[in-house]
Amino acid sequence: MSTDAMPRLALAAVLLGALAFALVPLILPTYQVSILTEVLIYAVLAMSVDVLAGYTGRTPLCLGAVFGVSTYVTVYYSSTFGGSPYVGMALGVLAATVIAALFALLAIRTSGVYFLLLTLALGMIVWGICLRWTSITGGENGIRGNVRPAELAAHLPFYYVVFVAVAVVTFVMWRFVHSPFGLTLRGIRDSESRMRALGYNVSLHMFIAFTVAGLFSGIAGALYAMFNDFVSPSTVALTQSVEGLLMAITGGIGTLFGSFIGALAIIGLENAVSLYTERWQTVLGVAFIVIMIFAPEGILGGIKTLLARKRG
Amino acid sequence: MDRRTFLKTGVALAAVGAVAKPYIARAQASGPIKIGMMAPLTGVVAAGGREMVDGFNMYWDEHGGEMAGRKVEIIVEDDGANPDMALQKARRLVEQAGVSMLFGNLLANTGLAVANYVKGNGMPYFIPIIAADDLTQRNRIKNVVRVAGYTGSQFPRPLADWCLKQGYKKAATISQDYTFGQEQCGGFCQTFTEGGGQIVSQFWHPLNTSDFSPYLGQLANLGVDVIFAMETGADATRFMQQYSNFGLKGQIPLVGAMNMTDQSVIRTMGSEAEGIIVAAHFAEGSPDPVTQKFVAAHVKKFNKLPSLYGFSMYSGAMWVDEAAKTIKGNVEDRDTLLSAVSKTELTGSPLGQTVKLDAFGNPIYDVHIRKVVKNADGKLWNAPIATYPQVSQFWKYNPETYMKQPPYSRDFQGIKKS
Amino acid sequence: MSGLNAFQLLNGLTFAALLFIVASGFTLIFGLLRIVNLAHGALYLLGGYAAYATASASGSFLAGMLAAMLAVAVMGLVLDQGLLRFVRGHELRQVLLTLGVGLVLNDMMLVVFGGDTYTVPAPEFLRGALRFAGMFYPKYRLFVLVLGIVIFILLWLLLNRTRLGALIRAGVDDPETIEAMGINIRRIFLLTFMLGAALAGLGGAVGGAFLTLYPSADAEILVFSLAVVIIGGRGSLVGAAVGALMVGMLNTVGQVMFPEFAYFVIFGPMAAILAFRPLGLFGRTA
Repeated sequence: MSTDAMPRLALAAVLLGALAFALVPLILPTYQVSILTEVLIYAVLAMSVDVLAGYTGRTPLCLGAVFGVSTYVTVYYSSTFGGSPYVGMALGVLAATVIAALFALLAIRTSGVYFLLLTLALGMIVWGICLRWTSITGGENGIRGNVRPAELAAHLPFYYVVFVAVAVVTFVMWRFVHSPFGLTLRGIRDSESRMRALGYNVSLHMFIAFTVAGLFSGIAGALYAMFNDFVSPSTVALTQSVEGLLMAITGGIGTLFGSFIGALAIIGLENAVSLYTERWQTVLGVAFIVIMIFAPEGILGGIKTLLARKRG
Repeated sequence: MDRRTFLKTGVALAAVGAVAKPYIARAQASGPIKIGMMAPLTGVVAAGGREMVDGFNMYWDEHGGEMAGRKVEIIVEDDGANPDMALQKARRLVEQAGVSMLFGNLLANTGLAVANYVKGNGMPYFIPIIAADDLTQRNRIKNVVRVAGYTGSQFPRPLADWCLKQGYKKAATISQDYTFGQEQCGGFCQTFTEGGGQIVSQFWHPLNTSDFSPYLGQLANLGVDVIFAMETGADATRFMQQYSNFGLKGQIPLVGAMNMTDQSVIRTMGSEAEGIIVAAHFAEGSPDPVTQKFVAAHVKKFNKLPSLYGFSMYSGAMWVDEAAKTIKGNVEDRDTLLSAVSKTELTGSPLGQTVKLDAFGNPIYDVHIRKVVKNADGKLWNAPIATYPQVSQFWKYNPETYMKQPPYSRDFQGIKKS
Repeated sequence: MSGLNAFQLLNGLTFAALLFIVASGFTLIFGLLRIVNLAHGALYLLGGYAAYATASASGSFLAGMLAAMLAVAVMGLVLDQGLLRFVRGHELRQVLLTLGVGLVLNDMMLVVFGGDTYTVPAPEFLRGALRFAGMFYPKYRLFVLVLGIVIFILLWLLLNRTRLGALIRAGVDDPETIEAMGINIRRIFLLTFMLGAALAGLGGAVGGAFLTLYPSADAEILVFSLAVVIIGGRGSLVGAAVGALMVGMLNTVGQVMFPEFAYFVIFGPMAAILAFRPLGLFGRTA
C-alpha cells in the first residue's frame, strides 16, 4: 500500500530531497555543481532502468545505448548538421524512442536472464555501429559538439535548466508507474500468466513500458549531450548501461526515487575514490558484490523494509 | 597513491628550491605552479599512460621540482582511456584544483574531448601525444599546443618517399579504423602516389582486432612490393606476430607507423619485430650523445628503454619549462605563456637537435627512417638508417593550399589517380 | 577484394575452435548452475596470465596450460564457495555479482601484470607456418583447431559415457529429481563450476599465444562467448560447437566482406535467434 498512495512521510522526504537539490548548488563550488548536474541526468537514466527492472521485472542492459543514441543524434544535428540544439534534442529523444520500440519488438518475448542477455546484445550492436560507421559517427574519435547555447554556458543556469527538466520528467514517470497502466505492469511482474488469464495483453504492455523507458533514457541522453558537448562510442558502451543499472539497484529497484540516491551514491563515490586511487574499477566491482550479497533491495528499498517492519 | 607520493616529493624538492632561490620566488605570482596531468592509467592503453606519467615526473625530478624557479605541483588524473571520463577529470582539474595548465591524454578521442572543453575557457592545454591533424590545422584552437608532439600524417610522408627510393612501386595499407590511423595512412598514400607509386588496396579493421588472419590472407595475395601497417598497442603486437606466423615476414617488406615499433610494443616481443621500418622524430637507438644520455637516464630510473610516451611527456615538460623561464615563471597569464611557448626554440631536447613550432603550434623535426634491430644488450630498439631534415606537418605543401583539401578519412586518402 | 577461400575458411575454423574451448566452460556453468558467469572473460585472462608466467619461467607450454587450468579452477572454487553461495537461487543477483567479480579481477590483473601486451610463448615446434595445398598456414593455429576437436570429444565422452556426466546432464534437465535420489548435487555443481572455469583458463593459455593478453582481452572474449552460448543454447555441448562455428565464421566473413558492419554481422543473427528461439538453437526448457 505504502508505495501507491504516497504516505505523508515519503512525500515529505521527496520534497526535502527536491529542496536540497534546488538549494545546495547555490553554496557549492562550480565543479561540484557540474557533478550534481551529472547526478540529475544519470538519475533519469537510472529511473528508466527502474521502470523496466522494478515495475515489469525485466532487467535491461541496453538503456545506456538508447541514452547514447539520443546523445549522438543531438550532437550530430546541432554540430555536424548545424541545426538548433533544441531541435537536435527533440530529434535525439525521438530517435531513442524509435530504437527502444524496435528493441522492444525483439525483447519482449523473453524474460529473466535471457532478457538481460538479449538486451546486452542489442546494446552491443548500437555500440558496434557507432564505432564503425565512421562517416556519420566519427568512429572512435566521436563528434565534438556545439550543443550548449551561450546563455547556458555557466554552470549554475545550466544546472537549474536540468533541474527543472528532471523534476518534470520525474513527476511524469511517477504518474506513469502509479497509473492503472503501471499497476498492470506490476501485475505482470508478479505473475505473467495470471495477468494473461485476466485478459491483459501482456506483450502490448511490455512493449509500451519498454518504449517509454527508452523515451526517458533518450531525454537523459539529450541532456547529457548538452552537458558534455561531446559524444563518442564510450557514451553508448555497455558500461553506461551497467552503471545505470547499478545506480537503480543501489537506490532500490522498484522505488523510482531511489535512483536519485543511487546516482548520488555512485557518482559521489567515483569522485571521492578517484582522489585517492586509480582503482575505481575495483571499488565499483566490490560495490556490486557487496550490494548483491548484503543489500539487494538497495538503499531506499532497505529503508522501506525497515519502516514496514517497524510498523507491523 | 602515486600522486600523493609524488606530491610529497614535489613539495620537499620545492621547499629546498624556495630556500635556495628566494629572490626569484618573490618576483612573480606566489605559490606553486599547479599542473593538471591526464593519462590513461586504467583501460586498454594503461601501460602507455603509466609511461607518460613516468616521463613527465622524470623531467621535474631532474630539475628540482621547479619550473622557472617556482615549485611545481603535479596533479595526476586517470582518464581511463575514455573521453567522458577525461572530460570529467579535466573539469575537476580546472574548476576544482585550479591548475594553471593541462598536460597529456593519450588517445585522440580523449584529447579531442578535452580540447573541445578548453576551447570554451582558454585554459592552456599541451598535447605531446595527441596527434589528431586538425588540432593544429583546420580546427586550430589557440590554447591547445602540440609541444613535443607530432601530427598523424607528418612522419608517414618521408617514409613513403623513402619507399619510393627503394624502388617499391605497389603498396597496400592495413590500419586501425579510426582517425589516427586514417591520417597516418593518408600521409603515406598521398606522398606515395604523388611520387608515382600505386596503392593497390587498403584494409581498415576495428581497434582491438584479436585475429588478423582474414586480412593477412588477403594481403598475401596482392602481389605488392611493400605493406604499410598502422597499429598501436596490443594490435601492433598481434599484427607483427601473426605477420611473421603466416610466413609473410621476409616475403613482403613491412613498413609502418612509428607507434607499431614503439618501445611500449616491442619491449615484450622477439624476432618477429626485427627489421621493420618506420619513420619518427625519436629513435632510442640513435647514436646521438644527447639521445643516449636521456636513454641511459631512463633505463637507470625505470629499468626500461624509453617509449614514445615517456620521451614526449619529458620533452613537453622541458618545452613549457623553457618557455616559463623566458616569462619569469608568470604562467598564470595565459596569453603570455602561450606566446612564450610558441616562440620557444627547444635546444635541450633528447633528440639532440633544435626543435621549433610552426605557425600552427606543431613542431618541425628532422625525421629518422628507423629500423628495429637488436642493441648491444640484445634488446630490440629503433636505430636510424636515414634522415629527412626539417619535416613539418605540411611536408612540401603550402599550408594554405594543403588545408583546402579535406581531412584524411576512410574516403579521402589523398590518393593521386594516375 | 578476394572473397572467401580455403584460407579464410581455415581462419574461421581455428578461431571457432578457441571460442568453443572458452564457451564450452561457459555453457556448462550456465546449463547446470543457471549462472550467467560474466566473470568468465576475466577467468580466461587470468588463465592466460598464469600460463604466461608459468611457461616463461619453466619454458614448457604444457606446464603453462596445466597451470592455467589449475589456477583458474581454484579461482572458480573460491568464487563459488566464497561469493556465489550467498546468492544461490537468485538468477539476476548471481549475474550482477559475477559482473562485479569480473571488474575486480580485471583491475587486479592490471595492477599485477601492468598494461603491456604479453604473449604466451608457444613451443618451438608449433611456431612458423606449414605449407600445404598451395598455401602457408601457421602451425599453431592448426594446433588450436585440433585441440578444440579433442576437447569436444573429451567433453562429449565425459558427459555421455561417465556417471558424472550422466549426473550433470540429469542436473541440467531436472535438478530436483537428482536431489531426491539422495545425490549430493551441490558437489556436482561445484565440480562443474570448477571444470567450466578450468576450460576458461585453458582457453586463456591457448588464446594468449596467438591473440595475446592485454587489459581488455577479457571483455572481448566474453562478448564472443556470450554470442556462442546464446546462439547454441544453454548447457548444450553441441550447441556450443555449432555456436562457435557460426560466430567464428561470421566473424571472418564480417571482417572480410562487411567491415563497416562487422559487429552487426555477429550480433544481428544472434539477436534474431534469441528473439525467435529465446532458448537458442539447441536449448531446452528446464
